[in-house]
Amino acid sequence: MTTDTIEAATVEVHDVHKWYGTHRVLDGVDLTVRPGEVTVILGPSGSGKSTLLRVINHLEKPDIGYVSVNGELIGVKRQGERLRELSERAILAQRGRIGFVFQNFNLFPHLTVLDNVAAAPVATGRLGRTEAQELARELLGRVGLAARTGAYPRQLSGGQQQRVAIARALALRPGVILFDEPTSALDPELVGEVLAVIKDLATSGTTLLIVTHEIGFAREIADRVVFIDGGKIIEQGPPSEVLDKPRHERTRDFLSKVL
Amino acid sequence: MSEPPGATVTLPEAPTADEPSKTFAAQRVLPLRRPGRWIATAVALVLVAQFVHGLVSNPFYQWDRWGYWFLRPTILDGLLITLEVTAYSAVLGLIGGIVLALARLSKSPVLRAVSWTYVWALRSIPLIVVLIFLYNFSALYKTLSVGIPFGPAFFSFDESRFATDMVVAVIGLSLNEAAYAAEVVRGGILSVDQGQHEAAAALGLPKSYQFTKIVFPQALRSIIPNYVNQLIGLIKGTSLVFYVSLLDLFGSAQTMGSTYPGDIVPLLLVVTVWYLILTSVVSVVQFYVERHYARGATRGLPPTPLQKLRTGLTALRARIRREAAV
Repeated sequence: MTTDTIEAATVEVHDVHKWYGTHRVLDGVDLTVRPGEVTVILGPSGSGKSTLLRVINHLEKPDIGYVSVNGELIGVKRQGERLRELSERAILAQRGRIGFVFQNFNLFPHLTVLDNVAAAPVATGRLGRTEAQELARELLGRVGLAARTGAYPRQLSGGQQQRVAIARALALRPGVILFDEPTSALDPELVGEVLAVIKDLATSGTTLLIVTHEIGFAREIADRVVFIDGGKIIEQGPPSEVLDKPRHERTRDFLSKVL
Repeated sequence: MSEPPGATVTLPEAPTADEPSKTFAAQRVLPLRRPGRWIATAVALVLVAQFVHGLVSNPFYQWDRWGYWFLRPTILDGLLITLEVTAYSAVLGLIGGIVLALARLSKSPVLRAVSWTYVWALRSIPLIVVLIFLYNFSALYKTLSVGIPFGPAFFSFDESRFATDMVVAVIGLSLNEAAYAAEVVRGGILSVDQGQHEAAAALGLPKSYQFTKIVFPQALRSIIPNYVNQLIGLIKGTSLVFYVSLLDLFGSAQTMGSTYPGDIVPLLLVVTVWYLILTSVVSVVQFYVERHYARGATRGLPPTPLQKLRTGLTALRARIRREAAV
């Protein structure tokens, strides 16, 4: 577990269906993300894009279908012809390989910025306390917050909090990082600093899946844009196609509203 | 200022209304006079003075006898019993409460039902009934225990009569306390944002770590004030152990009162003052514990009384200087 060797992961979503009660949120989603690829997921609100992200790290269980990261099934194991749910402990262990950044940051308010980042490597037994703090300092430096290690999250601006949250996700050296609308809760003038950090990650070769409404940002960094509506992938491809020459009526309709 | 409103006021004059702002610009705004507040303050002060006067001058209170009893060994022994019973029951009650709260919040319907029923039953039964029932139950159990080879270590206490009463009192109070603590703890856990559970789960933190290091410390912020409330109730609730023949603070005063009937009032005052002291100590501790767990919840920590006094004095000095300057 040395610092700068992170294996970028392959993510496969295979025919995932998900219902909330009788409401169908995901309706047979298939998606393969290659190692190091940056994928931006677009779609109207309620289209299932956040749910798709949460299915990937098993915060939500798919009702049908499965997800695999680097070929390893997430949250389930094969039992003959069927899939059997994994124990909670095993699922928690898998989550260490999948970073997640929330719209509302969800930093731990009672811990300092440094402890927020150092907590997971210590709690999961990957690093000792001093090593974890050293790593946390390094990561906080990388997101431009080396000077704020002793602060508590609520003493920071939204943009700074989100950057801490990104450092916290990086502390487990995940092969893939999922971003669930990372800039939607921010004041407009703070969006840029967070996007800059994500851009830095995109060039470093980590696999990224990003749900966002920042179309310009998507065009700039995405290798692939996926447009979702009604729980289905409507179309996907490089930004130059999906954003500039959308083939589908629904994609055109959506883009005309957000651009 | 008080120009009679009439025909002389015409529209073109309206801009002059702005002129006073130039004239008064350099002056401080005088605070509104509040005579009602002054009268209410005076009335309150008179009432307080009367009460204090009555307390001091009325011979019925026999303050000399109060002085005689206040630090008597019997009273202090009783105080010690009160403290012991409170401490054991508070700790056991809180542990029980946490277990019950977790059971109530678990996904297992059986655990939820058991926890709910326990809380329902123990909150319904008066504490004194629980205590007297246990008192008799233990007597019953003791005769039975002769023939049963279970748990000899626990009931070896029975040799000493005193220990048995203590055990009964602590068990009774803890059972009762746990029911209330369960709801306090459950409320605290529910007050923690769902996003915190999700973030802890998304980071793959082990389940026990999620509870002890992430959720519970945040829950404590709402648990502490409610549990201290509960604790103060418990301190006074211990006076009921008198009915299971344990001589706590109240019990010793009561016993002394029947031996010295003339001293009943000063003895009750001794008890009152001791309970006041205990509650005050708990409140001070509460302040600092709450302050400890406020870290991160607010941008700055709430000031300690000393800090408040200092900033208050600084503000007062600044104000006096300002008044003098005007």
